[in-house]
Amino acid sequence: MLRYVLLRLLQGLVVVFIVSVATFGIMQLAPGSPVDIMVGEAQVTDAQIEAIKRKWGLDRPVHEQYLTWLGNVVRLDFGQSVIRTGVPVGEMLLEAAPMTIRLNLLALAIAAAVAIPLGIAAAVRRYSLLDYFSMLTATLGVALPNYWVGLMLIILFSLVLGWLPPYGAEGWRGYVLPVAVLAFGEMAVLARMARGATAEVLGQEFVTVARAKGLREGRVVSRHVVRNALLPVVTLLGYRLAFVLSGTIVVETIFAWPGIGRLFIDSVYRLDYQVVQAIVLLLSTIVVLGNILTDLAYAYIDPRIRVS
Amino acid sequence: MATAQEQMAPAAAAPLARMGAVATASGERGRAWRRFKRYRPGLIGLAFIGLLVLVATLAPLVAPHSPTQAQSRLRGDAPSAEFLLGNDSIGRDVLSRLIFGTRIALLVGVGATAIAATIGVVIGATAGYFGGRVDAVLSRIVDALMAFPTLALLITLAAVLGPSLPTVVLVIGTTVWAAYARVVRADVLSLRQRDYVLAARAIGAGDGRIIARHVLPNVLGPIIVLASLAVGNIIILESALSFLGLGVQPPAPSWGGMLADGRAYIRNYPHMAIAPGVLISLTVLAFNLLGDGLRDALDPRQRE
Repeated sequence: MLRYVLLRLLQGLVVVFIVSVATFGIMQLAPGSPVDIMVGEAQVTDAQIEAIKRKWGLDRPVHEQYLTWLGNVVRLDFGQSVIRTGVPVGEMLLEAAPMTIRLNLLALAIAAAVAIPLGIAAAVRRYSLLDYFSMLTATLGVALPNYWVGLMLIILFSLVLGWLPPYGAEGWRGYVLPVAVLAFGEMAVLARMARGATAEVLGQEFVTVARAKGLREGRVVSRHVVRNALLPVVTLLGYRLAFVLSGTIVVETIFAWPGIGRLFIDSVYRLDYQVVQAIVLLLSTIVVLGNILTDLAYAYIDPRIRVS
Repeated sequence: MATAQEQMAPAAAAPLARMGAVATASGERGRAWRRFKRYRPGLIGLAFIGLLVLVATLAPLVAPHSPTQAQSRLRGDAPSAEFLLGNDSIGRDVLSRLIFGTRIALLVGVGATAIAATIGVVIGATAGYFGGRVDAVLSRIVDALMAFPTLALLITLAAVLGPSLPTVVLVIGTTVWAAYARVVRADVLSLRQRDYVLAARAIGAGDGRIIARHVLPNVLGPIIVLASLAVGNIIILESALSFLGLGVQPPAPSWGGMLADGRAYIRNYPHMAIAPGVLISLTVLAFNLLGDGLRDALDPRQRE
């Protein structure tokens, strides 16, 4: 197991390294010199420009610039925002992160609480009305773009009924719509996964054995099926991180939610590349870590994985 | 109406099946089509996509009005007999814009999918066939690509390169190929051990010929399935980019851009935000159903 853990961590480190090179490379494609990008439209003196150049190594070749940048980033120094002059990017991230984490954890918890039992029930009662209904909802959930679902909810609950605010994070009412949109998209995927995993377990021999020894069907499902079906579903949640983070960008933008996703879009619009760069790197690193943890959890649960 | 080819298929396919995918192409195709036909939602999806292609091709004939000409006296009008889906914030006909928008959606969906499938197949086949260090390097690159939240990467690239229709196709195509590479790599890894590959090598075929003639035809099924499922996803990504103002630029009628307008005028003209979303959803649904049907027909192993 230790060998496997080390191998996965090493692979993860390589992946994060490639991600950082790619992120740095993309920013080199941006029009204008790096100094212009860092300074933006702020009024600066020549001395300040010299200081920026020295700190980020901009007077040296590209590969050295990359290493300097990496060195600063590893010390969690992402530079300073161009738009909010003088504010360190790291501080902006720390300010926005809790809003994003709260929003997504809530949505994920609600999605899991609704979709996993629904998926299990659909698999147990295959081809029933419930199965048909839940799979129809799941198919729709994948096809409906989250930004459009958001707009429709705003029209219905904010404009027509007037129950909920159309945007902002004021009080619990502000949470309802963004959480609903995020949860709806995740629900579709989770219900499908839960149904698939349950159906697979139902076909296993130990289920037949449990039935053969006279257990009631309800007990077979609750004691033998659900436990085995749940593990892969819960661990697979880890692989969903990249999708969840993509979703939060759009949803935060629609509902003017002061989190990482909106900070990202705002910074893109205002060409605040220091912030953009930092967020892309941060999100990708989170995804890599999430995937490694998921792999490890999987390997811990299922010893067959470790061997291959 | 059973065609002659279809009636022949079972008899012809059995002995040919042993000779590799190339020789049985027509018999396989007949059987695949019959399997596909059994899945009704797949047929519905196919029909809807056919309709979209027709509308996109004949857009100037089908559209009742101009997609770009603004008429200020019609600003924000609700649906009427003449303007079936109403008018937008500067008085353009929503229906006509949707009709011309099918061109952009299909162009981006198919174009980006073609780019992604090509890159993914080349990288995946190379990694799977040569294995070893080549595989290790390419696999880490694929891992790295999958680590980016797709939308964040797309937004950044579009912003850096400057948003436009070609940028959108190119950027999406070069971002979403990782899934193809993974599938192709895994399949090629097992295919290269087969006896017929060994036989081909024994009679002196080079690596390039073996990959192109003996390995790739056998992964075509999964690739087609993945591609058809990907088009819907790409249409969602394109609309998201346009919705955020980083995709196809106005006044071009992109569905995502129309939703962005709908959001801006959601208080006064909420009808603007409804129709484009319905059409995006139906189109994505159609491609997903087509993909499900093709999976049953071409790739029986992956059946749910």
